[in-house]
Parts: sequence; structure tokens; C-alpha cells
Amino acid sequence: MHHPSSDAANPDANNYWSPRRRSDALFFLVMGGLSACFILLIVLLLAADIMFTTPRDFYEALAKPEIRAALRLTILSCTVAAILSVWVGTPLGYLLSRYSFPGRWLVDTLVDIPIVLPPLVLGLSLLILFHQPFFGLQVESIFRDSIGFPITYRWPAVVLAQFSVACAFSVRTMRVTFDQMNPRAEEVARTLGCTRGQAFWQIALPQARRGIVTAFTIAWARALGEFGPILVFAGATRLRTEVLSTSVYLELSTGNLDAAVAVSLLMVILAVVVLLVLRVFGTGLTA
Amino acid sequence: MIELRNVTVKSGSFVLPRINFQIQSGEYAVLMGTTGRGKTTMLESICGLRHVANGQILIHGRDVTRWSPPDREIGYVPQDFALFPTLSVQAHLEFALRLRKQSGNLIAERTQELSEVLGIGHLLKRSIVGLSGGESQRVALGRALSFRPTVLLLDEPLSALDETTRYEMHALLKRVKQTTGVTTLHVTHSVSESDSLADRCFWLDAEGIQERPISKAKAGLCDK
Repeated sequence: MHHPSSDAANPDANNYWSPRRRSDALFFLVMGGLSACFILLIVLLLAADIMFTTPRDFYEALAKPEIRAALRLTILSCTVAAILSVWVGTPLGYLLSRYSFPGRWLVDTLVDIPIVLPPLVLGLSLLILFHQPFFGLQVESIFRDSIGFPITYRWPAVVLAQFSVACAFSVRTMRVTFDQMNPRAEEVARTLGCTRGQAFWQIALPQARRGIVTAFTIAWARALGEFGPILVFAGATRLRTEVLSTSVYLELSTGNLDAAVAVSLLMVILAVVVLLVLRVFGTGLTA
Repeated sequence: MIELRNVTVKSGSFVLPRINFQIQSGEYAVLMGTTGRGKTTMLESICGLRHVANGQILIHGRDVTRWSPPDREIGYVPQDFALFPTLSVQAHLEFALRLRKQSGNLIAERTQELSEVLGIGHLLKRSIVGLSGGESQRVALGRALSFRPTVLLLDEPLSALDETTRYEMHALLKRVKQTTGVTTLHVTHSVSESDSLADRCFWLDAEGIQERPISKAKAGLCDK
């Protein structure tokens, strides 16, 4: 620590000018120390996974047809869920950001429900929604019999379960994106002859490009981690509705810890790739 | 012609009460008044961006009070310019014409003409990022004039500019006034702007809007 008295001893200093030189070391020590706890936890978690598994375990797990199918389904379902999330989240985020309408607070609250709902409850709610008759009509039987597209315990259930949560995050991200954009440009565009639709399409959407990439990536990452709702709504049928998070659960429940950790590591790699994509696009999230 | 009849605008607790005035076609009117009295609100109401609670807004004798902004064909230059971050300078000048599905030749001709009048020919290919205040101002003005509106609304267009640029812009606005004959309503705090540009001067305060004779404005009375 620096002592102010040393300056006071300076013969040039007079009564009016007696500066105190203070140190910021404590600030950085406390803030840095607390931050380091979390960073260390993450690094240690990853290190533990890597140390537990051997390259042989990893390749063996990857060679299993069930795991390969799960990897394929995971990448496909996450991508579809993320595309749908952005598709729905962009207009909803825009409406919430730009317009005040009666019941906006209610819509705003409803959007958060999938985020705060316990995952198993969300899965159960989806299951009930598709099997509860509404005025004698059952949603599942409409899809299965009329369109020939069964949902429950099939891959569409995986996508829907992932979408339910991922979309809520996408809406949040898009709303913040539009909140940060000056609405004046869209207003001036309207005085130049744009309809609201044209102003959205030609002025707002191009500015939101980075937000859309962020929303897609966050939705994708959320979908990757989805487990509870998938287990309840889509089941855990090997080669059919098994995604990587299900694989970890199935391998763990059969006592195959090596394979479970190997699959976990695979998911870590996927998540890191997603974060790298975010960085490449230079979105504010990782800047 | 711009005419406001008993126009009342409400925005939260702010009320712009019963505004009445008329600007004839081809006139250059300057609107002055203390800050926070609703000058910007009035411009936004005229171009349709703000809901009018009561009264009528007439453009060339036609009641446009309930018309949406794109139907009114009014050129608007907001105080913050509100340029489009993803478009080039040239795209700004072409924007309104493309919306009107004009031919490529006509768009090119108009862009050329505007960029010459505004002195931004060398900026056409540039993005708007990094433009100076005066350059942004010219782009915003060009964008608003591109589709040859008959009414032009300027919201403190020169407040952010340095002295030299401001005088250049005075000259430019005069040239626009002479060449296009567009009916203009120009909000400002500056007596010198009013002096050099205005055909008529209005003053907005708590009691409402009143016209001040230009000669008095020149004596500094318009800017209390």
C-alpha cells in the first residue's frame, strides 16, 4: 500500500495541494479473486472429464451405432429447433420491443414460462396437451390419423420439446436486439413510403443480423442441453428418440460410466464449437 | 399547403393543446419556441408518426389526420438524422425511389442530381458509419428530398453542426427552397437561421402557437 504521508513530506507541497495517491490493488484482488473461482470451476470440470476418459473409450463410444444415431438426431433436431426458434422469436421479439398493446405484460410473462418451468413438468404438459381431448378432438390423433405424422414418442416430439425452451431464449435475445436498435430509422423509413412490413424487412431486420445469429446459437445450445422434456414427451428409445443427453442418461443407468463420460465430452465439444461460431460472427455476447 | 386545425396531441402526461396554423404552398416557415413545448411532437404528428387526439391535419387541403406516414408523401429530416446503419449513402438516396418502383435510369439520374446539389457525390459508395455531422445532414436531407415531396419537415437540422458547416447548409437550404419550391416547416432555436431562411416565423409556447412578424424576429424578439 502506498502511504500518503510520503507526499506530505515533499517540501514543495503546501496546505492547499496535498494529494493522496490511492491504490486499486484491492479492487482487482477482490473482483479478480471472486471471478477466478467460477473460471476455475469450469476449467476443472472440463479437465476432470478429459482425465477420466481415454481416447480409446471415446472412439469406442463413438463407434456404437446407438451413439452415432443419437449424434445425428441431436445435430438435426437442434438445428431444426433453432431455426424454428429464430423464425418465431424474431417477430415476437420485434412486437414486444416496438409496440405497447393491451396485455403485453402478460405475453411478456408467458414467454418466460418455459424457462422457469421445471423441465419434467414441461415434458408432462406437452404429453398431456397432445393426449387431452379438446371438444372430442385429440391433438395427437389429428396429427397421426389425419396428416399421418405422429408426434409423441417420435423424433418430432424431440424437436418440439427442444423448441419449447429454445424459443423462449430466442425471443428474449431478439427482444434485446431490437430494444438496442433505434426505432427512429424505421419511423423515417415509413415517412419515405415504407409500410410497417417493409420497414421491418428492409431496415430493422438487416440491422438485427448479429442478434439473429446469437439467437440461433443460443437456441441451438439450449436444445443441445434439453433432457427432461424429451425423456417424458419423446421417450428414450434407442435409435429412435435418443439424443446425446438421453445417451448419457441411458449409459449411466446401465452403469456404463466410461461411455457416459465419453458422450458428455462429445457434447462439450459440440458446445465449444457453438461458442466458437458465436465468436467468429463477432456477436456482442463473446466480444 | 400545411394546415393544422385545433390539433391536440397527447403523449403520457405531455399535452400539445389546440394548435392552429396554416403555411401556404411554397412558403418557408420557421417554428421556434422554448425546449420541451412540443415542436418535435408537432412535426411527428404532421408526418403521421404520432397519433393526434383531436383536430385535423390538412396537406394541400386534404384531411390526412388518419393517414399512415407512407401515404402522406412528406419529406422528414429528424434531429438525430436516423440514417439507416446497413445502407450506403447512395442507397439512402435511392431508397424512396426503389419503394416507388421507379426505373433504374430515373433512379440513377435523380441520385446524380441530388448528390450534385448536396455536394455528396464523393461519398456515394460509402457506408454511413464515420460520416461527419454535416455529411450525415446532407444525406438525411437528400433522402427526404429524393422522392420530390411537396412538403418538407426539418427538425433542428443544423443544431449539431459547426459554424462553417452551418453557413454552408444555410446556403444549401436556400438553394433547395429556390429550386424545388417545396413547402417547408423548419424547427430551430437559432435566430440567424430564421433570419436567413424564413418567409414566416411561428412561436410555440405554453399558450399555443402564434405568428411573429419576420421583422420582429430579425430584431431578436422571436428568440425570447
